[in-house]
Amino acid sequence: MAQYFDFEKPLLELEEKIAELKQFSQEKEIDLSPEIYKLMRRLVRLRKEIYSNLEPWHKVQIARHMERPNFHDYAPLLFEDFIELKGDRLYRDDSAIAGGIAIFQGTPVTVVSHVKGKDTKENIKRNFGMPHPEGYRKALRLMDQAEKFRRPILTFIDTPGAACDLGAEERGQGEAIARCLQSMSQYTVPIICTVIGEGGSGGALALGVGNTLLMLEHSFYSVIAPESCASILWKDPSKAKEAASALKFTAQDLLELGIADGIIPEPLGGAHRNVKKTAEGISSAIAQALEELQDHSPEALQTTRYEKLRNFGTIGT
Amino acid sequence: MLNNIFRKKRKYATVSSYQPKTTEAQEIANTSLESTSRLPDGLWVKCPKCGEALFKKDLVENLRVCTYCQYHFRIPARERLEHLVDPGTFEEWDRDLKTVNPLDFPEYEEKLAEASEKSDVSEAVLTGKGEISGFPVVLAINDADFMMGSMGSVAGEKIARAVERAIQLRYPVVIFSTSGGARMQEGILSLYQMAKTSGALGKLAQERLLYISVLTDPTFGGVTASYASLGDIQIAEPGALIGFTGPRVIRQTMRKELPSGAQTAEFNQDHGQIDMVVQRAEIPQVLARLLRVHQEGAKYGSVL
Repeated sequence: MAQYFDFEKPLLELEEKIAELKQFSQEKEIDLSPEIYKLMRRLVRLRKEIYSNLEPWHKVQIARHMERPNFHDYAPLLFEDFIELKGDRLYRDDSAIAGGIAIFQGTPVTVVSHVKGKDTKENIKRNFGMPHPEGYRKALRLMDQAEKFRRPILTFIDTPGAACDLGAEERGQGEAIARCLQSMSQYTVPIICTVIGEGGSGGALALGVGNTLLMLEHSFYSVIAPESCASILWKDPSKAKEAASALKFTAQDLLELGIADGIIPEPLGGAHRNVKKTAEGISSAIAQALEELQDHSPEALQTTRYEKLRNFGTIGT
Repeated sequence: MLNNIFRKKRKYATVSSYQPKTTEAQEIANTSLESTSRLPDGLWVKCPKCGEALFKKDLVENLRVCTYCQYHFRIPARERLEHLVDPGTFEEWDRDLKTVNPLDFPEYEEKLAEASEKSDVSEAVLTGKGEISGFPVVLAINDADFMMGSMGSVAGEKIARAVERAIQLRYPVVIFSTSGGARMQEGILSLYQMAKTSGALGKLAQERLLYISVLTDPTFGGVTASYASLGDIQIAEPGALIGFTGPRVIRQTMRKELPSGAQTAEFNQDHGQIDMVVQRAEIPQVLARLLRVHQEGAKYGSVL
């Protein structure tokens, strides 16, 4: 059974009640199906109600859920033949970022994604999806190849942020991210970015400069983690919930702010409830985004992307 | 000579509690991310590195560099500008761009009002054009007194506009960074200023125009991960703390003390991130030498 979030408690209670009734009717051989049916309908209603009124902090919990599908869950469902390519040719391979080439609906593409682990062991290997400079330099190497061979670039964002240890500093974390930003603003092939889970700060942005930015319904994308924001602002990391609301970082907020271009619906209860259905949503959204860009010349792809960046931000008059 | 006179007086002067009590570099690292270029009230300042008492007026005249140990205090953008450009050549741009509160973020307006009062700049970066030893340049200078030089929509826009004007004018660009990073209060809009400024500098690079990045204390986060790291030439002031993640967070992550001198300009140079570490007083002259080599029309085949 999937792990429950605290805001799902009423659902859990109802589900337990249904299970009790079922058991009772079996043991006593009494037909309680009308009652059970009624409760199950109530369950669906309640779940819909809860999921259409999620607070930003709830979305943070969903986006960071251990069972949340990662890139490797989606890749076989999105691509015909994903071939992973490794290493930055300078230092080592960083498995907090995966990349390679693939066929997407008949079109060759270059794919780059953050990857969080699904358990503690994998998370240690992948540094919890927090890339080091070599991860960003691998991404850059693969994206340069996409430009060379004229393939669209598809990126997937899912990271708490860039690695924050001394090794990352020694090898130029800032420079590695900055190069990604600069190069992505210059490529002349289409770039579609999709936030599939957590978009944490500069480490997320390094894969986030595109012609189109898509976000899964319950993903978020923020300048700073809500916990860090709370500890800077109110010297109290437990106020993360308040910070989550103040930062306006949900997919719905970003659409309103003009940063995101589209929201991909998730199955009721979150992406982890139905990976296949979520992947179908991602696939059709990317296909549509690519179709919208297909008449753009290489120059236009670069210019419109740059103009999009230029318009981000709010200036008073 | 004069210094000696002041030195004797040191005993009688009240030194305010402005700075860390220890001379350890690490201790400076712990505190310096929070403080500003503001000097304490009174006539005297204690150097946080060597502990000597410095006469404030002398310190400011000496470009805010300690005469005993060369410790570089922070310097406001306008003060830096004054000793950087040829007199009367600077023209400021976009001073009237107004910062608003797009997310209705709590207490942002108050912080902005406080920043305007504390500093003599209109936002975290000052931009314009001027001449250095007769070489025309486009300049952007961060000011730590304005919300720790953090980059929101206006700072990002000012830098992007300055770089675009440099392309029109065919001028090189010099940016002095000092910043805590992207400004939290404008959320995702601040984050994308990193992409905006990097994109503008990308265009400058495509035009084969020079960009010199001068990193000063402190440069961190979203600014290190965007414009500050993209220079054709990377210069840093001695002792400046430069990094992506702040020392406090690294210490928490690694659960141990950082080696002494970690994240200083010298550390960054040792690790291949910086071309040269240059004393504040020598920066104009070093810039002039670099600009001479790169001046328009100085491509292969011409004679300077």
